[in-house]
Order: sequence, then structure tokens, then C-alpha cells
Amino acid sequence: MPPHPETWLKVRPDGLYCEPGDFFIDPLRPVGRAVITHAHADHARPGHDAVLASPETLALMDVRMGVGRAGAVQQALPYGEPISMGEVRLWMEPAGHVLGSAQVAMEWRGSRAVVSGDYKRQPDPTCLPFVPIPCDVFVTEATFALPVFRHPPAEHEVAKLLDSVALFPDRTHVVGAYALGKAQRVIALLRRAGWDRPIFLHGAQMPLCAAYERLGIPLGELLPATVAGKDKLQGAVVIAPPSAIADRWARRLAEPVVCNASGWMRVRQRARSKGVELPLVISDHCDWDELNQTLDDVGAPEVWVTHGREEALIHEAAKRGIRGRALRLVGYGDEQEDLAEPAAA
Amino acid sequence: MIAFADLLERLVFTPGRLAKIALLRRYFATQPDPDRGFGLAALTGELAFQAAKPAMVRALVEERTDPVLFAMSRDYVGDLAETVALIWPAAPSNAGPPRMTEVVQTLLSTPKSELPAVLAGWLDASDASVRYALLKLITGELRVGASARLAKVALAEVAEGRIAADEIEEVWHSLVPPYAPLFAWIGGGGPRPDPAGAPVFRSPMLAHPLEATDIAALLPSAYRAEWKWDGIRVQLVATPHGRRIFSRGADDISQAFPEIVEAMEFHAVLDGELLVIRDGEVQPFADLQQRLNRKAPGAKAQRDYPVAVRLYDLLFDGAEDLRPLPFDQRRVRLEAWHARHSPPRMDLSELIPFATVDELSVIRDGARAASIEGLMLKRGDSAYVPGRPKGQWWKWKRDPLTIDAVVMYAQRGHGKRSSYYSDYTFGLWREDGELVPVGKAYSGFTDAELVTLDRWIRNHTIHRFGPVREVERGLVLEIAFDAAQRSNRHKSGVALRFPRVTRVRMDKPAEEADRLDTLMRLIAGATQA
Repeated sequence: MPPHPETWLKVRPDGLYCEPGDFFIDPLRPVGRAVITHAHADHARPGHDAVLASPETLALMDVRMGVGRAGAVQQALPYGEPISMGEVRLWMEPAGHVLGSAQVAMEWRGSRAVVSGDYKRQPDPTCLPFVPIPCDVFVTEATFALPVFRHPPAEHEVAKLLDSVALFPDRTHVVGAYALGKAQRVIALLRRAGWDRPIFLHGAQMPLCAAYERLGIPLGELLPATVAGKDKLQGAVVIAPPSAIADRWARRLAEPVVCNASGWMRVRQRARSKGVELPLVISDHCDWDELNQTLDDVGAPEVWVTHGREEALIHEAAKRGIRGRALRLVGYGDEQEDLAEPAAA
Repeated sequence: MIAFADLLERLVFTPGRLAKIALLRRYFATQPDPDRGFGLAALTGELAFQAAKPAMVRALVEERTDPVLFAMSRDYVGDLAETVALIWPAAPSNAGPPRMTEVVQTLLSTPKSELPAVLAGWLDASDASVRYALLKLITGELRVGASARLAKVALAEVAEGRIAADEIEEVWHSLVPPYAPLFAWIGGGGPRPDPAGAPVFRSPMLAHPLEATDIAALLPSAYRAEWKWDGIRVQLVATPHGRRIFSRGADDISQAFPEIVEAMEFHAVLDGELLVIRDGEVQPFADLQQRLNRKAPGAKAQRDYPVAVRLYDLLFDGAEDLRPLPFDQRRVRLEAWHARHSPPRMDLSELIPFATVDELSVIRDGARAASIEGLMLKRGDSAYVPGRPKGQWWKWKRDPLTIDAVVMYAQRGHGKRSSYYSDYTFGLWREDGELVPVGKAYSGFTDAELVTLDRWIRNHTIHRFGPVREVERGLVLEIAFDAAQRSNRHKSGVALRFPRVTRVRMDKPAEEADRLDTLMRLIAGATQA
């Protein structure tokens, strides 16, 4: 009988550790060997000796941390190409979260575990869709694991934004969007909805948008919001980090309509406390239905929950005979969508 | 219901008045009759269903959801209707969400026992935003974040300048949902609806504050002076078709003051101040507040807080519109009318004789009663015009009381001010050396001072609680206020009326700010000599 994954995939203070492969997945502190699921700051931290990640994730980590700071030795692993790490067979499949985001599948002595990282099931024009991998243990996040979280189609939310731009043609619509992934997704969705005018960016958004374009995701004409005059920003759409939209930086905009693109915007009090005038429920995480759909799709008899509202998800999984386990990994921001990027300019 | 739910969603989050008007205007201009009429009724509070109690909604949702997950969700979201709107499981069906009109008509005709099934069907067919609007409408908890006045301003905009908001106001209270004649009128397809003797509201005439520069230009002989009482401005309307008491904002507050309605044994429209008057003495505003908080006061409240109306003006005598007459002539008519009817619970606002502005200034400074806010100056030849016509009426408030207080917390403002910490909670020193909060101020400073204050707050923050920052005890503000009143709602035991920042005292050390005792001595009543 194959060994249970809990005998070889363990929670350590530094993070989730694969013993027979001698590597950590998304470690919270610098380690010898790290496998990184995606380039968000709470999963991809600097200072590891050796780093394995998808080519896109490595490129985005270079942009965020500076070239070479992601790890002394870097190995790019494209999706669907198995390699050996010690005694473990490892490969990656798309997670649908942001560009380059990957699930890590591991097999040891006939037992298979999949660490999904952060993921979503809604279509996203800026990254490949999530691929379900059948497994014995599925490791999932639970950021939006309450049945009140049901994300509407993102196109619907972008239509709301454009409707508001039409109603208030003299005002700037400033959209709070996390600099990696969310910003590019919102831009790509705007382009698909026919918005072909330049989109203005906060300084912190520029480098990652440029990186997406280099990696083959066209975003149309992007201009810095900081040099555009107030009159140029009338009727414009500006993308900025959530921390900047209602703060001093936004004073340069023309009577801004403050919008925020986040799964948290589904709850009114969240939107109100941030001073958001137009909440846009656009998330790069699964909603409740998608989380449960995914548990069914991978068919694992056991699910481990890294962070978020694990209680609710484990309760729901148990009703279908799936065993749940809360890993309580501290350090993955369940508030990640709200986290501030340091203002670059 | 979709358009109404969208409107509601945006109004709730929109801080700007002009933006709210734009949203309302679009709704009224694009929605068909009678949906928009019922929407208007819901927005102005004319459609308050209490068809469903929260318990019924909870029972419905518990049939459809896992109780453990519902409890977790409720804890997370807080509001019951919002939780239900978000958690309600989708039930694919061909039926779209109900139209506004269908909802209203069904609620009016459905027996209570059938309501749960009807509601469940609607919730199945709707998305979260429509479900939220439905649940709030049905449980009578619709809070819109836009006043009835704003809706009328938006309606006037739909009429593209042909009809003023005040004209809509004058027919409003004779109309019933869904307001077909009103929409026909503003759309240019029908005549002005005829109130036909219904007790309707007329927009009141308002005064400008008298600034130092205006005083010099004031011609004393042209003006009449009255006390400015600290109650609430009301309009009493009594016609053969009914009696109403309206607030300044056109809210019908008749039910809260049945003894006044009972006293309205006449046919007239009067402008006056609603006050609590005990043994001939006008009581502080806090006493009136005891009555304003009650929708239907019991015998005890009526006895403990006896209300009366001090009459300022006579707008209609019977069906005769006196508003075009000059103030002096209306005053003569008011006095004659009052002598003829001598209605209980109503007296005349006295005219204060004066010869010079200096004399008036002395009278104003001499008024120490907390119930007096200052003086009103009205041109003797002024017709009664809705709104705030320039140079006709002035309000000349008493010099405010001031304290030097220490900023304790700051909160971000709204709308244009959302990037500034512009709302300040300030406190005074207690005997034991503790600083206790006594009030909140968010006006009175200049834009340049706001920039300075905002920077100071950001550089001296010691704790952050969401949008609120606690700051070091190091910034003194001079706070002006109209009156101090005893309050058991505040830790300090005192509440201020209209506190505002008059000076930023960067020069003053926090330890030298005022003591709580100083303020306690200024409390209304303590000053009445």
C-alpha cells in the first residue's frame, strides 16, 4: 500500500516540506531548495539557495525582487514536464491564478499529492486555465471559503465600470488592483470590452505590466498617470494599487470615482470601510462554488487547507466524505488582495 | 427590479451629491412607468412594507442552506438581509427577476401565509444585488443614502429646466405612488397635477448667515428682528382635506406630535419653530430631541416634554396665498389671525424693537438662554420666496462658546476628502489627568489648514483601527459650539451642539488645553441666570 502523503509531506516552521525530495514549497523563510507556485510576495520570498518555478514566475520574480535575488540557482520548469527531485517525481500544471502560476504535483512510491498554491476557475485572458490533477491529497487555499462568496463573471463587473465611465464622463475612474495579476487582468478585460483608449497606470504598476507584455500578453497603450495633467485624466481609467486609490496619490486625479477590484468587494462593509464608490467583484481566487467544484474534480479523498476560512470548507467537504485537515500556515496573506504594494512614485 | 437594485447599490456607496443626482436622473429618465414611480416611492420612504419580519426571512434561508455555514456567514457579513442575499443558492430558472411593479402589487395583494413561497420564488430568480434590494424593501429597512429632496431635484433635471424642484415639492404630498401624473408632467406630456386642496408642503424661505461685511451695509429701518429659537423649523398645513406637520426637509412628522395636530382647528399654512416649552420657558434642544426620537409618543412623553409652535409667518389664510405680500403685511395678517383663532399650543414669535445695528448687537449679546441661537433679520418688504434669496433674510447667530481641546482620534473624510484625515475626535482633561472625548468636528478649517492637519495626523499616529487613527496627545484645536448639554451617551457626560474647528493651535501645548470642569460650567441651564 502506498505511503500516506502525511508521512512524506510535512508542515515545518519554514513551510510545507517534501522530505524524500528535500525541498520546500512556497517557504516563508530563506531555505536551501524552494519550489515556488507563483510570484506573489507571500509565496515567492527572496533569499533561497535554489529555486524551481515556471519560466514566467521566475521572470516576474526578477522584476519584483531584482535580477538574481529570487535564488542563487534558478531552474525553470515548463508546465507538464516531469522531473526528479531526489526520490520524488514532480511536475507543474497551470493554476489559473496569475501568469505563470502553477500547481505542484508530487509522486512518491505510488502516492500523489498536489499543492495548488493560489488558484481560480474563472476564465482569465492573461493566464492558462487551471487543470485538475487527480490525487490522494489535494492542498488548497480557502481565501473565499464561505457560501456568501460567489464571484459574478468578471465581464459583468467590467461592464459596470464602463457604464459608470459613460455616466460620469468628466471624472477619473481609478481602479484599485493588485500590481501582479489583477491589474493586467482588468486591463485585458477592458480591452476585450472594447476600451481602446490609453489606460493610465500608477508607477508601481508599470514594471509588471511591461513584464506581462514581454511574456506575450498584449495590454494595449499604457501611460503613466503621474505625468498626465488633470484634464487628460478626465474620463480616463487609471489603475493603481489599492493602497493608493483613496490616499494622497489620488489627489492628482479629476474628481475620482474610487473603484476597487477584489473578491472582498462582495461584502458591503468591506467596500464601505475602504471608501470605495464602485466595488468591482473581480478576484483571482476561487469562490465557494469553484472551491467545491475543484474538490470534486480532483477526487482526492483528503484535502489539506493552507489558509483562509478552512473551517467552512472542511465542514462542507466532510459532508461528501472528504477528510479535511487545516494546516494553518501563517504568513500566506488571506487578505492578500488588500495588501498594499509600496508606492513606487 | 434590476435597475432599481443597481441604483440602490450605487447610491449607497456614492458620497457626492451631484453624482447621486446623476444616478437618480438616469433612473427616472430611462425606466418605464409604473416601475420608476414605485422606485421613487421606495426611495422617498413612501413605500414602507413591513410584509416580512426578519424571523420569516431567517426561516426561509435555513430551509435552503446548511445551518453551520449560515451561522459562519452571518458572523462574517453581519447584516441578515445581506447574508441571505449573498448566500441564497442559485436555482436556475427561465423566469427573470420580478419587475418593481410586480413586487409592489404582489405584496399588496398576497396573504401573509403565501408570502414565504412568493419571496422564495423571487429570490431564486434574482442575483445577489436584486435579492438584497428585495429583502430590504420587504422588511421595511431600505436605507438609501439619498434624501427625498435629492429625488425631487433629480426629477426636476429630467424636466430639463421647465420645472423647478420647489414646484414638484408643492404638488408632492397630494400624489400617490406610482405618480403617473407627476411623470407625465415632468416628461412634458401632461399638465401640472392639481393638489386640489390637499395638505401639501411649500418649500420654506431660508436665511443667509450675516457676516461682518454685511453688517456695515445693513439699513436698520428696512429690517425686522426676531429671536432665532433652537428648535426645529416646521410648516403647519391644515386644509379641509387634512392636517400635516412638515419638517424643513418636507418630511411628514405629524404622527410624532399628535397634540399639535389636534390643535390645528383652522385652515391655514403657518411657518414656525417647534419647541419644548415648560411653564412658559423654552427648553434646551436636548429636550426636544426626546420627542424627535419617538415616532408615536405615549402620554408620558407628551406630559414630560410638552411641545408648542412659535409662529413666524402665515403663508396661506384659508385658500388665500399670502406669500406674494411683503413681510410687514403678512405679519399684520398673522397677528390678526392668531387673535381670531387663538389656537392652543401656538404663540407668536415676538418682534424685537431696535433703532440701530449697535443696539441690536447689544440685544444679541445679552441673550444667554440656551434655547436662543441668535437673531433673525427679515426685510419688511420681503415676499415669501422658496429657497435662500440674497439680502432678504439674515440669521445672526450669537457668538459661539469655545474650548481648547486635544485631538485624540482622526478619521478619513468622504468623497473629495477621502484622502484626508478630516474628522477629529477631541477631548478635555479630567481631574485625574485622563483625557476624555467630548465631541467630533469635521469643519471650520481652511483647505490649507486641512493639509497641515492631515500631515500632522499621519506623522503622529500611535494606533490604527481601520479608517481611524489614534494620535499622540499633542495637537490643540480651538472648538466653537453653540451649546453644551448634559448627555449620558458620552463618557464625558456632556454633548456639544454644532462643534466646529475655529483655530488650529499648533502653538499651544496639550497640557494647557481646557479641563472638563470648564466645559461642565458652560452646560445649558448652568448659564441661565
